[in-house]
Formats: sequence, structure tokens, C-alpha cells
Amino acid sequence: MKLSKMLLGVAAGVALMASPALSADAVKIGMVTTLSTGAGYLGQDVRDGFMLAVEEEGGKLGGVPVEVLVEDDGRKPGTGKQLAERFMKRDGAEILTGIIFSNVAGAVVPSVLREDKIYVSPNAGPSLFAGKKCNQNYFVASWQNDTLHEAAGAYAKQLGYKKAFILAPNYPAGRDALAGFKREFGGEIVGEVYTKLGQADYSAELAQIRDAKPEMVFDFLPGGMGINFLKQYDQGGFKDTTPLVVAAPSMDAKIMAAVGDAAVGVRSASHWNHDLDNAANKKFLAGFNAKYNRVPTVYASQGYDTAKLIASALKAVNGDVSDKEGLRKALKKADFESVRGKFKFAQNNHPINDWYSRIVEKQADGTLVNKTVGVVLKDHMDVYAKDCSM
Amino acid sequence: MILFLEQMLNGLQLGVTLFLLAGGLTLIFGIMGVINLAHGSLYMIGAYVAATVSMASGSFFLGLLAALAAAAIVGMVMEFLVMRKLYARDHLDQVLATFGLILFFNEATVMIWGRNPVAMDVPEMLQGLVEIIPGVPYPVFRLVVLAVGLLVAVSLYFLISKTRIGMLIRAGATHREMVGALGVDIRLLYTLVFGFGALLAGLAGVMAGPTSSIEAGMGESILILTFVVIVIGGIGSIRGALVGAIFVGLVDTLGRAFLPNMLKLFLPPAQADGIGAGVSSMAIYLLMALVLIWRPKGLFPAHD
Repeated sequence: MKLSKMLLGVAAGVALMASPALSADAVKIGMVTTLSTGAGYLGQDVRDGFMLAVEEEGGKLGGVPVEVLVEDDGRKPGTGKQLAERFMKRDGAEILTGIIFSNVAGAVVPSVLREDKIYVSPNAGPSLFAGKKCNQNYFVASWQNDTLHEAAGAYAKQLGYKKAFILAPNYPAGRDALAGFKREFGGEIVGEVYTKLGQADYSAELAQIRDAKPEMVFDFLPGGMGINFLKQYDQGGFKDTTPLVVAAPSMDAKIMAAVGDAAVGVRSASHWNHDLDNAANKKFLAGFNAKYNRVPTVYASQGYDTAKLIASALKAVNGDVSDKEGLRKALKKADFESVRGKFKFAQNNHPINDWYSRIVEKQADGTLVNKTVGVVLKDHMDVYAKDCSM
Repeated sequence: MILFLEQMLNGLQLGVTLFLLAGGLTLIFGIMGVINLAHGSLYMIGAYVAATVSMASGSFFLGLLAALAAAAIVGMVMEFLVMRKLYARDHLDQVLATFGLILFFNEATVMIWGRNPVAMDVPEMLQGLVEIIPGVPYPVFRLVVLAVGLLVAVSLYFLISKTRIGMLIRAGATHREMVGALGVDIRLLYTLVFGFGALLAGLAGVMAGPTSSIEAGMGESILILTFVVIVIGGIGSIRGALVGAIFVGLVDTLGRAFLPNMLKLFLPPAQADGIGAGVSSMAIYLLMALVLIWRPKGLFPAHD
């Protein structure tokens, strides 16, 4: 009785909030992202990078007024799906974006495509939607998951390593990661471990690494997981004996700041870095620093690029989001200045990226910096693109 | 064999950390009959305060003291303002209210410390490695965590079973009115017990700080493990919490370490990895189910 009364009250409240307050002219963009849990800063940076681009134009993208609706999915696929439905059905969002985690994308993307809305990913690029299941309404502005780790694998190979121990969380992007690393590494894998998503303690895995005696370790542990792993890796005395070669998500600016000296010497592969020398990147860094007064992570760069990509499409259709064909064509053309220097889509609407090798160095003033040292893969396309018939 | 011993040690260490959380949670439930989902938030507060104070002052022990005080005070304030109104209510109401507290504390930490993870170093005198068995260096700090956890377990046992305050706590749990009639201030006793449980959660947070990333929401993932611990151990029983915590710590760690390899003995490697990863993350819930089939009230039920 009590419970049913309460539910009634909640339902009434939701109904009240649902009464449409649509401002007629602004294009609604729904952003489902991860703002809580140990990966909360990933979503925060995607959002802040995106909003920086919106602010640069004074509330517009491509000259078209936009309203960005942001909600936290809490890394839960179910929550993400509900939010996306709400953005589309209640708020009338025609364009959705924001998802960090591939398992959330797995739940949200199909329902967005079913409604014939546009989805532009600022981060997650699971293999699931990159091959046969590619879709004309689905664009990824960051990378296809595997390619991040293919780049790390190629980097490890370049460095001459032959025996690797690899680990990643047991979820779609984790499986893509290990598959990607192995594809380019080519050497022997002396241990392959799937951890729990959100795991805090890695003592069991570290003992396995010690036992397996690899030459190097590759991990894909984004956000708080990566911080935990790195701290414990350092405390376990591994840093001096067994170097790490990872992809960008396992060594971003936040992880570096949180683990301190434990990060020095860690090598990573990335499609973007703060020291890439191009005008768009300089503008982005200066703008981000001025607005938020902190160092942007790779996620912020992806959020910014995503907004610029959407801006180029909105401009092409003059803000008429009902012109789906026009939007799709303009998005595919990707006529914008990317902070990574250049930007081009493969046939499956995933970018063809250059991948850079980096190493963490300590500067004279004691701060850490990810320094670009070379190019690992040039114009690298993901392996699923060939299965996509668009 | 050496690997197995090392993994046992890792499991024990996770176990005692879980015990610090489960001990307080089960004490609060056993004595006051109230379910506190926000117990993980006290763990988070412990970690945040320890990191902030120890980094600002340069002294780990100052950080430790500040964190214990903060967790205990927040716990007592929470009891006084919120929990007190819930003792007579349904468990569902308690779950709802304390879930609200989780959201409140998470949002408050984001407002105070921001969304970026906070860093905390291992105190200098506890840095480094010792060789526990030839060929196996083990971080000193982890051994200290293990020792502190065991020390707390033993002291708690003496406190509850051998002292006057322990007697009052045990009596207050079963014969509330009688103890009240004997002139003991039950309300004060409850507040103190709650504060003490909060202090233990804060201690767990301090010890997790140097090894893990301190971030909003860090209490929830460990809270789930903690609930599994007290269900296995028997709700309300300190002894149960200790045994349950050690069980869960060992099963979780050993499962992660050995299950995929064991499956590889009779399955193709790719399949074994997939199934092994899945089963090892379910291992503690399987353990819980087995224990509950065997003993529906847990291993050491507090009130028979």
C-alpha cells in the first residue's frame, strides 16, 4: 500500500517534468555519458571538451543554436538506454552522443538507430558495430576499440619485445583490446587475464605476472582501474623489471597525475597528444585551459572533435535536422579541423587515424608529461571496415 | 606452490580489509537492526580525508587520525540526524533512506574534491618490499594492512565478549527495554556503536587509499562484497563477519588467479579464458549460494 502510493507520487512527478518545454529553434543534442564511478572523469572531460566547442561559438555549433542535454549513465547499460529513450521521445533530440563504455553503447546504440536518429560517439567504438552491423546513422569520432590496442601492440613490437603478459576487464572493449594488441604484437603471450570491470585490487594478477616472467606488460584499464593497477604495479616493484606498453586510455593526464612517479617511463600509443603541432590543437588547449583551468585528457580532445564534427554537419544542413540524408552526407565528409591534425572516415564511419608513440617523462619542475616520440601506425584503418557494406 | 602461497596472502589481505567494513556493518545491524547502505560512504570519507590531510601535512599518521575522527563524527551525526528516525521503520524504508545518503555523500565529495581522483602515497617508512619467501618480494604496506586487520579482529573480539561495554552492546541487542530499565542510556549507546562502526569503515578507507584510486563512488563496489560477507557469516555476528570476510577474500582472489588456468586443463584456451573470467567474477556469489543452502542463516547466526 505504502509502496504503491509512493510509486504513484513518483509517476506523477515524472509526468510533470515531462511536460515539453521545447524552445523551437535550438537543436537538441542528447549526451549520455559516465559522470559517476571511478570513470566519472572520462565523461566529465568528454562533456567539457564538447561544451568548449559550443561555447566558442556562443551556444552554437556550425552557426546553429544548440541545446546540449547531459545525463549520467553510471556505467550501467540499462540506465544509458532509459536516458537515450527519454532524450529522443521526451526532448526530441535528433542527435545523440557521449557514451564512454562499450557495454553501455551496446545497449543504447541499437535503440537510437531504431528511431532513425543520428549517433556520434566521442569514445566507445566496439567491434560489434564496426563490421557487418555498421549503420549509416552511426559515426565514431574517436577510434574503433581494437585500433587503440593494435597501435600499442605495434609499438611493443617496434621496441623489440617478444614475450608479453596482457590483461583487460571482462567486457566488450576489454575483449577488443586484447584481440587488437595480439593482432599487431606478433610475439608470444605468456599470460592473458580478464579482470572484473571496476576492480580495485590487482594483487592476484600481479602475482601471476611475477610467475609468468614476461618481458613487458600490456594493460587496458581506463579510469580509476588504471590508477589502482599502476600504483600497485609500482608498489610491487615491477616498474624497474617489467616495462609497461599501453594504449592511451591506460595512461591519460589524470592517471599520470594521480600515480605520480609510478608513471615515469610508461610507454603508450595514442591518436592525440597535447604536443601535436597543429592550429586546432593549440586553440583547443588554450581554450580548455582558460575555461576549466586544468590539463585536458585525451577524452576532452575527443569530446571537442565530436562537437566540431557535429558542427560541420549542422552547418551543411543549415540546422535542419529533419534532413537526415544531408546530415549523414555532411558527417561522412567530416569537413572540420581536428585536434589530431587530420580526420577521415573509413567506409564504416570509423576514423582512419595516425597513431603516435609516447613516453612519460619528468620535467625539470617535477611535473609529468606524455612526450610524443614517433609514429607507430600511419593512416591506420580498423580490420572490421572491410566487412561493412556501406 | 610459491604462487599459491602468495595468492593466499593476497586473499587474506583482501579478507581483513573486508572485515573492517563488515565488522562495523554487522555490529550496527545486529544491535540496532538497521540496514545501512551508506556504510561504503564512510569508507570513502576515510580515504578522502586521509589523502587530503596526509598530503597537506606530510604525515601519514596525522592523516590517519583525521580520517578516523572524520568517519566517526560523520557516522555519529548520521545516526543522530537520520538513522535514529529509522529504527522503528521497515527495512525497505531504511534501504531507501540510506541509498539516498549514498547519493548525497557521492555528490558532496564531487563538490568538495571534484571528479578527479585524489592521490595518496604509501607512508615513507612503509614503502618497499620484503622477501616473504625466497623469490617472492611482497610490499611492506600490504603486510601492515594484514596485521592491522588481524589486530582489529582480535581487539573487537575482546571488546565484545570480555568488557562491560561489550556486555551492554550484546544485551542491548536482545533485551533493549531491560537494559534501558537498568539505567543505561540506550540512545547514547547506539550512537557510540554507530560511530565505532563508522570508524572501522574509515580505517578500511585509510588503508585502501595508498593502493587504490580515491574517487567518488569508491564505496559502492566494496559494499557489495561486504554484504556478501555478512550474509555468509550470519547477519549480526562479528565472528561470522571475520570468517566470512576471509572466505570471500580467498575465494575471490584464488578464483581470479587459478580458475581460468584450471579450466584450460580440459577446455580450449579461448573458451577457458572466457568462461574462467565469467565464473571467477561470480565465484563469491556461488559461495554465498552454497553457504545459504547449507545454512540458511549464515555460518554463525547471531540470534538463534
